[in-house]
Amino acid sequence: MAMPEAAIAASAVPGSLPPAAEVVLPIAGRGLVVRRGGRTLIDGIDIAFDGHGLTVVLGANGAGKSLLLRLLAGLVAPDGGTVTWGGTPPQRRHAPFVGFVFQRPVMLRRTALGNVRYALKAAGVPRSMRDAIAHRALGDAGLGDLAGWPARLLSGGEQQRVALARALASSPRALLLDEPTSNLDPASTLAIENLVLAARKAGTRIVLVTHDLGQARRLADEIVFLHAGRVLERAPAQHFLDGPSSGQAQAFLEGRIVL
Amino acid sequence: MQDLGGAFGEALRLIVQLDRDLLEIVGLSLRVSLSAVALAALIGLPLGAVVAICRFPGKAIVVATLNTFMGLPPVVVGLVVYLMLSRAGPLGELGLLYTPSAMIVAQTVLVTPIVAALARQTVEDMRSEYWEQLHAFGVGTGGMVATLLWEARLSLVTVLLAGFGRAVAEVGAVIIVGGNINHVTRVMTTAIALETSKGALDLALGLGIVLLALVLGVNGLASGLRGMVARHGHA
Amino acid sequence: MFRRTFLKAALAAVLIAAAASGHSAAHAEDASFIVVQSTTSTQNSGLFDYLLPIFTEKTGIEVRVVAVGTGQAIKNAANGDGDVLLVHAKAAEEAFVAEGNGVERFDLMYNDFVIVGPAADPAGIAGTGDTAAALQAIAASGATFASRGDDSGTHKAELKLWQAAGVDPAAASGEWYRETGSGMGATLNAAAGMGAYTLPDRATWVAFENKGDLQILTEGDTALFNQYGVILVNPEKFPAVKAAEGQQFVDWLLSEEGQAAIAAYQVDGQQLFFPNAM
Repeated sequence: MAMPEAAIAASAVPGSLPPAAEVVLPIAGRGLVVRRGGRTLIDGIDIAFDGHGLTVVLGANGAGKSLLLRLLAGLVAPDGGTVTWGGTPPQRRHAPFVGFVFQRPVMLRRTALGNVRYALKAAGVPRSMRDAIAHRALGDAGLGDLAGWPARLLSGGEQQRVALARALASSPRALLLDEPTSNLDPASTLAIENLVLAARKAGTRIVLVTHDLGQARRLADEIVFLHAGRVLERAPAQHFLDGPSSGQAQAFLEGRIVL
Repeated sequence: MQDLGGAFGEALRLIVQLDRDLLEIVGLSLRVSLSAVALAALIGLPLGAVVAICRFPGKAIVVATLNTFMGLPPVVVGLVVYLMLSRAGPLGELGLLYTPSAMIVAQTVLVTPIVAALARQTVEDMRSEYWEQLHAFGVGTGGMVATLLWEARLSLVTVLLAGFGRAVAEVGAVIIVGGNINHVTRVMTTAIALETSKGALDLALGLGIVLLALVLGVNGLASGLRGMVARHGHA
Repeated sequence: MFRRTFLKAALAAVLIAAAASGHSAAHAEDASFIVVQSTTSTQNSGLFDYLLPIFTEKTGIEVRVVAVGTGQAIKNAANGDGDVLLVHAKAAEEAFVAEGNGVERFDLMYNDFVIVGPAADPAGIAGTGDTAAALQAIAASGATFASRGDDSGTHKAELKLWQAAGVDPAAASGEWYRETGSGMGATLNAAAGMGAYTLPDRATWVAFENKGDLQILTEGDTALFNQYGVILVNPEKFPAVKAAEGQQFVDWLLSEEGQAAIAAYQVDGQQLFFPNAM
C-alpha cells in the first residue's frame, strides 16, 4: 500500500498527476465473459481505456454496463478473459489510482472529513498531509462547511459529492463512475457533473456508466454502446449521437425498447 | 417458603450498609468478568470479523463450531480449565489455580465464542454493504477487519454486554477453578451458591438482586455510551 | 498451520494478561498462604470462620479453604492442588496416604450425624435411637429419603449405615430414595422442600437456616459417629506443596491450643465439634 515518495509529493499539488499513477493505464479487458445461472451477462468483451478524456458507457438496463465497470475495477472476477491495469493484473496497491464511485454512496460512520481522510490513509498518504488534502478535496466539491458533519446525516446528493471528493482526493489516474446521479435531484446532478468535468480537465481518465442520454450529451467525449453483454459501438460522442451505426443504438437513442 | 419481601429487605440492607465484604465480592465480580470480556473482545472480535470477511474452504464448519460453542456449559469449561491449571496439569507450573486469574481464564474461554459468533454475524451483515467500496480503496483484509469492527461499534457494544452478562452470571466455571475462597476468589455467584447451601435463602436472593442491579448499572453505562455516539449521528 | 499458531499466540496472550491482572490485585504472591482442601460441613457450620483468624494472627499464614465434598477434596489434593487435606472419610483418607499423596493422617476431631425428617414422621422413627431400625422403618414405609449421592464423606457414611441396616437403597433410587448429587446444604434444602428424611452432620444441621418443618428424629447412636482427619499433602510427590506452612497448620490444629479452639466454637450455645487428637 506504500506510495512512492514522488506520488505523495505530487498528490499534494492539485491538477498535477503522480507519475507513478501512469502504471494503471491502460485499463483493459480481453475476452471478458461473465455467466450467472446459465445466462451470459458479459459475452466476450475486448476493451481498453488509455490517455485522457471522458468515455460514457451507454446501454439499456441489463446490458451489462455496471458489471463491465466492476470487472475493469477488479471488484468482480470474470469467468473468462483477463483484466489488466498497465499491462499487469490489478494490484491492491494500485487501487487508489483507480477511483470508483458507486450508484449509492457508501459512507463510513465518521464525519465527511473522516471519510476522505480514511481513503487517503488507505492510499498511503502520510498522516501529516491527510487533513490538508481532505479539506481541499471537500472544498473543491463545495462541501467545506459540511466537513465536520457525520457523513450519514448528509443528504443523498451531499453524500454522493463526498464520495466523489473522496475518490478524487488521492489524485487517481482513472475514475470509474457507476450511474452516480441516477438517484439525485437536478441540482445535485449538476454539481456532480461539474466535479467530473473538472477532474477530466485536470487529466483524469474517466469512464462513466449511465442510461441518461442527456448526461451523455453533456459530458461525453466518446461513447461505448453496450447491448446484451457485447460492445456494439465505440465512437466519438458527436458521431455516435448524430448517427449510430447499429439498429439497437438507433432504437436506444429514439427511446424505443430493444430486445 | 421465605417470601420475596425478605429478599428485597436483605438486598436493601446489603446496599445501605455497604458491607465491606460485599464491596469486596462485588469488586472481584466486576474485575473478573470485565477482564474476561476485555480479553474475549481482544480475541473474539477480530476472530469473528476475519471469519466474516474471508472466504475459505470449511468456513461453514468454522461458523457452525463458533455458534455451537456459544452454548458451552460453564461447568465443562471450569473442569477443562481446572485440568489445565491443576498442579498435575500441563500449565500447573503457573500456580494459577484458585486465583482470580484462573477465573478470568475460565470466563474468557466461556465468553470468547459468544463474542466471536455474534461479531461474525454483525460484521458479515456489514460486509455486503462495504466490501466493494473498501476494495476499491485498496484496503486489504486486515484493514477491512479493523474498519468493519469500527463501523459496527454500536452493535458490538451490545455483543460485549451479552458476553458480560453471561460471564458475571455464571457460577459453574468460577466455583471450580476459583474454589470460592473467602476474600480471595469469592464472587457474587459463588457467594449466592454458598448462602443457598447454608440455607440462608433471604441473603442468597438479596445477593442475587444486588447482582442484577450491578448488571443493570453496566448496561446503563453502555447504553449511555451508545447514546452519546448515536447523538453524534454515527448510528 | 496459521490458525494453530494464532491460537497458541492467543492462548499465551490470555494467560499473560490474566496472570498480570491477577497478580496486581490479589495479595497472592507476597503474603504467605496455604490452600486447604476441605468439606462443606466445616465451612458451612462456620468453624473455619472462627478457627482460621486465630491461626493466621498467630503465624501470619493465610489459610484459603476450598470447600467441596470429601470425594472431590481428596481428588483435588491427589492432583497436588492444595497443601492440607481436612475431610471425614477415614478409609479414603488412609488410601490417600497409602498411595503416596499424603504424608500422614491424624485424627483431628469428631462430631456426629443425625437423622432429620418432617415433624409428621411418616416412618415413625422418632426416639428409636437405633439407626439401623430407623433406616429399616424408612425403607419399609417408603417415606422419601434425600441422599447426598455425591461420593462425599457424609454420603459414604450414609451408605455404610444402609449396609449395616441390611437395606439396598440403590434399588429404590428415583422412587423413595432421592440422590441429589449436591452438597449437604443443597440436600437439606431439597429435604425441607420435599418433606424428606436425610442424614446431615450435626454441625451443618445446627448452623443451617432453612430447616423448615425438619427436626432431629434419631441421634446419639455410636454408629453415627463422624471422625475428621487432617493430612499434609506429600511435598515429595508435589514439589509445589508449601510443606513448612502446611505442617505448621497441621501441628497447630493438633496442639493443645488448636484443640481448645475447636472445642470453644459454639453455635446457639451448642458445641459442634469435639477435638480428639490427644
